[in-house]
Formats: sequence, C-alpha cells, structure tokens
Amino acid sequence: MSDVLAVAEHRRGELRDVSFEVITASRELADATGGDVHLAVISGDVDGFADELNLDGVDLIHTVEHGDEFNHGVYTQTLTQLVDDCGPQYVVTPHTVNGLDYAPAVAQKIDYPLVTDAIGVDTNDGLTITRELYNGKTEATVAVSSDHALVTVRPGEWPPAEGDGSATIEAFDVTIDEAAVRSTVKGFEEVGAGDVDISEADVLVSVGRGIQEEENLDIIFDLAEALDATVSASRPIVDNGWLPQDRQVGQSGKKVTPDVYLAIGISGAVQHVAGMKGADTIVAINDDPSAPIYDIADYGIVDDLFDVVPALTEQFG
Amino acid sequence: MKLLVTVSETAEADDEFEIDGLSIDDRYLTFDLNEWDNYAIEEAVQVSESNDDVEVVTVTVGPERTEETIRQGLAKGADRAIRVWDDDLADVGLLDSGTKARLIAAVAQEEEPDLILSGVQSGDMAFAATGVALAADLGYEWAAVVNELDLDAENGVAHVHRELEGGVVELTDVELPAVLTIQTGINEPRYASLRGIRQAQTKPLDVTTPDELGVTLGESALSLTSLAEPETESDVEFFEGGADDTAGKLATLLRDKGVDA
Ligand SMILES: Cc1cc2nc3c(=O)[nH]c(=O)nc-3n(C[C@H](O)[C@H](O)[C@H](O)COP(=O)(O)OP(=O)(O)OC[C@H]3O[C@@H](n4cnc5c(N)ncnc54)[C@H](O)[C@@H]3O)c2cc1C
Repeated sequence: MSDVLAVAEHRRGELRDVSFEVITASRELADATGGDVHLAVISGDVDGFADELNLDGVDLIHTVEHGDEFNHGVYTQTLTQLVDDCGPQYVVTPHTVNGLDYAPAVAQKIDYPLVTDAIGVDTNDGLTITRELYNGKTEATVAVSSDHALVTVRPGEWPPAEGDGSATIEAFDVTIDEAAVRSTVKGFEEVGAGDVDISEADVLVSVGRGIQEEENLDIIFDLAEALDATVSASRPIVDNGWLPQDRQVGQSGKKVTPDVYLAIGISGAVQHVAGMKGADTIVAINDDPSAPIYDIADYGIVDDLFDVVPALTEQFG
Repeated sequence: MKLLVTVSETAEADDEFEIDGLSIDDRYLTFDLNEWDNYAIEEAVQVSESNDDVEVVTVTVGPERTEETIRQGLAKGADRAIRVWDDDLADVGLLDSGTKARLIAAVAQEEEPDLILSGVQSGDMAFAATGVALAADLGYEWAAVVNELDLDAENGVAHVHRELEGGVVELTDVELPAVLTIQTGINEPRYASLRGIRQAQTKPLDVTTPDELGVTLGESALSLTSLAEPETESDVEFFEGGADDTAGKLATLLRDKGVDA
C-alpha cells in the first residue's frame, strides 16, 4: 500500500535515460511513504534491462517478457494486473511520447488520479505535484486528494539512479488478452538527413514563431550569413513547411550543442529546450520578458526582433 | 462514417500578467482554439472531403464563452458541434483529464463515432492525457502523438505514424473504432473562408449537461493549491537600450565568443 511502482522505458533494444530518472523520483516518494520501490520492465530484453536497472534504491523488479518493442495494449494490461497484484500507492511513469500512450489508459483502468509532467513532488501533507501551466509561464502545485496517484515525470528533472542495487528480480506472470491488443507496431522510420547537419554547427541562428511570416525569414538568413552561422528553428516553423524537418531543434527534432545558440522569437517550451540546453552560450531575443527561454538564456534582449535582428546584421556587415 | 473531434479553448497569458490567487486574471488572457485541436479538425475535414458520407462532429467541455472557438471549427468544415457544461464545473479548480474523458465518453456513446481525433495536448494545461483516457473509457483502440494518418475505412484500419523522440517515427496499424491524438504539423490547417464563417452561424451547436449525459461528477481528485511565476534560477544578463545599442553590445559579446564571418 505504501509502495511505489516505477515503469522503465526502452526503444530498439536500449533503455532510455528516463528509466533511471523514474527510479530516483520513485525512491523520493517511497522514502516519504516508507514503502518499497518496485520497477516494471516490460518487453524486449527484460533480463538484460533488469540487470542494468538493478540500482541503489530499487527493491523489487518485475519482468514481463512479451515481444520486443513497446505496445500500449501490452503495457496497459500488464500494469493493470501488476497494480492489482502489488497495490502500490503511487505509480510513476515517464512523461514521454510512449508514456503518453499508456499512462492515461492505465490511470483510467486502475482508477488512480493522473497528474502528468511533474517537475517536483512533495508528500508532506498528502501528495502535491509541481508542474508548469500556461506554456511554462507559471508554476503550479496540484494537490491530490486521493491516497493514490499515477504521476508522469518530466525527463531530465530527476538525476539518474546509480550505484549497484540488490533488488529481487521476479518474472511477473501476466495474462495478455491478445484479442484486446488491437494495434500493431509495423516498424520505425527516421527523419532523413538533409544538406545541413545542425547538430554539427558551432553557431546556430534559431528562429521561432515570433517571425510571423515566411517572407520574414530573409532577415534570419541575412543574419546567419553575416555571422557565418547555420539556421535552425523551433517546431512551428517546420510544421508550417517554411524549413525542412532536419532544421528542427528539440525533443522530436535534433539535439544541438553549439558554442552559441541565438534563439530569436522562440518562447522556450520544454520540448524545444530539451534539444538546445546543452549549448555553451544561449542568447535570446524575445519581446516577452516572461518567456521561459529567459530561464535558461545567458544573455537576453527584450525587444522586437524586427528591430534587433537587422541592427545586429548591420554590426557584422 | 462519423468522426468526432475534441475541441478545447486554451488561454494564452499576455507578456505582462498578474496572478490573482489561483488564476491569471481574464484581463491578461487571450482565449483561442487549441493549437493541436486545429490540426485535429483539419485532419477530420480532410477525411470528410476525400470519403463519401462522412460526418464531422466536434465536442467541447467548456462554458458559453467557448462557443466562439467552437464556431471556428464549424467554419473550417465540421458539420455540427456539441458543448458540455454545467456551472458546477466552473467551481472545479482543475478539471482533471479523467473527468473530462468521462464527459466526452458519454457524448461518444450517444454519437458512436468510428474515429475520434483529439489534440496531443492543450497549449495551456498540457496534461496530454484526455484522448488516451477517453479511449480507455470507451473501450476504443488508440494511438498517441500521430503525425501521419492514412485511413482505410473499408477495412476499419488507421495506418498511422507516431512521432517519437529524436526524429524517429513509429509505424502502427490501429483498428477502428479508435481515438488518435493529433500532433501539429500533420497537415496545413486551413483558414476559414468567409462563406464558411457565415455557414458556421447556422450549423447546429447543441448544449448539454453532465446530468443529461448521465455523468455524476464526484469531488475532483485534483486541486490547484498555488500558482506563481517560476522563481528563475537563471542569471541571464539583459542588454538594455535601443535596438542599435543592444545589437552593438550583443555583437561585442559574439565577437568575444569567436563568432565572425
Ligand atoms: C510531443 C511534442 C513534441 C514537441 N517537439 C518539439 C520540438 O522538437 N521542437 C520544438 O521547438 N517544439 C516542439 N514541440 C512544441 C512546443 O511545445 C512549442 O509549441 C514550440 O516549441 C513553440 O515554438 P515557438 O517558441 O517558436 O513558438 P511560441 O511558443 O509561439 O513562441 C513565440 C515567441 O516569439 C516571441 N515573439 C513574438 N513576436 C516577437 C517579436 N516581434 N519580437 C521578439 N519576440 C517575439 C513571443 O514572445 C513568444 O515567446 C513539441 C510539442 C509536443 C507536444
């Protein structure tokens, strides 16, 4: 009842980093409830994954061998039965694209309230979750009145678990109703490479929705040329078809680590930041002082990009 | 064939805003059609244009104010709309995705759509959960974060691409009936034509209540207990002055960092 069940994530034979982070978040919760940390490892090389995740803080690992890759039907059925079996107080899953594909279904089936995209947890007076609201412009605390909850945690917010563990590893005996698995993963594809590789660039001039119109991209390319830099973009620019997909920085695009990243008219949504927070120096040009990009920028100009960008180009002209 | 599209209205905070207790004052908020739902509507309308006899119905959980947003969907080509509301819902500080899903599921049980399209998330709350929770409630199949849809209505299968992290897409076949959560970029949402906007005024927009749908609202399991501007740990240095000044200072910095043509 006071236990915490964490769920690991893997893709194409490899554990994803967030698997190590859900353990840390779960340990934090279990320390408060006084319970054990259980970890579910579902599909793929479960024995190999269980070995890798047998880390300090994990008490029990449940392995479920079933197919190679993630399937939400299999995950949902397994976790519903596992929760029934071990009755955890909290279930902790990654806030990832695959996490989004099963967590809400599991929460509904086991009737646990769901709080997603947690960046902090507090158990002093019942469970309270910290998460962002209004596009990252505000931070909220959400109290859960129930004894139970399913919490999805934002990748990169908790440090990865480390140190050898001594968890008991058990194969969990699950009955999968194959007829109820009504979707089939056929394969994977990768976004094709284009003529430029933004992840190799030293200086990126990155443009976001603040540019408003496709024609206005000219001032961005002029600046990039003046700086001998490469142009990258946030998602809306690519969604609009103004730049090819391989120019997209972020969670579903590329991870970049340039010396200098110039974010122009980009708000700094978490999915964007995931791709560029590793840049050495981040400069933002955004007329909204409350834009979350300023939480990670080193330098900023709170002004109209249509004034600043041409003026900057001129400096290098 | 019938498509149901979940449509929500999202609030965007102004550049400068004030927090009043647990909410941002309406004065500082601009309400609009949720970005992700805009793509979901477009996808549904495209399905209706390329197949015979497709009806597109939108469903919204929201107060009367949302009707302007709902009409946007009708103007873009949805056939009719349903709005669910009860003033009790306004008192719930944070409408959890489970409750939202139950309300929409009750509508779906009456409408019996073959396919339900939701946005991946709402821009303001970003729980990213309603669509999949809805599928679980209805016993529909589902797929989250879909950025390509090829519908084989005859065989009752949706061939979809799910956009995973790092430029990888998963190719999945989903049996109908199903809920798909739609990712931005899947299509190019149209602007409503003047004719569309005129027609939208006369398309049916039915209003119903949880009561009428037979849904009893319990105590919400979630409540908002604080709302604040994040305390930033950043030590961002702002360049002040007019554009020429700030550009000059930034140019100096960039040269220091070795940037130059
Ligand atoms: C599953 C998933 C995956 C995603 N993957 C990615 C991803 O890989 N990459 C990505 O970027 N996003 C991704 N997103 C989208 C992300 O949530 C944001 O919607 C997106 O990053 C916003 O892009 P933006 O900052 O350009 O636009 P906005 O958020 O609209 O910001 C525009 C900014 O421009 C500023 N501005 C406007 N006009 C001016 C002006 N004249 N002068 C100066 N500033 C101005 C505004 O103040 C605002 O801050 C993903 C979302 C989901 C749900």
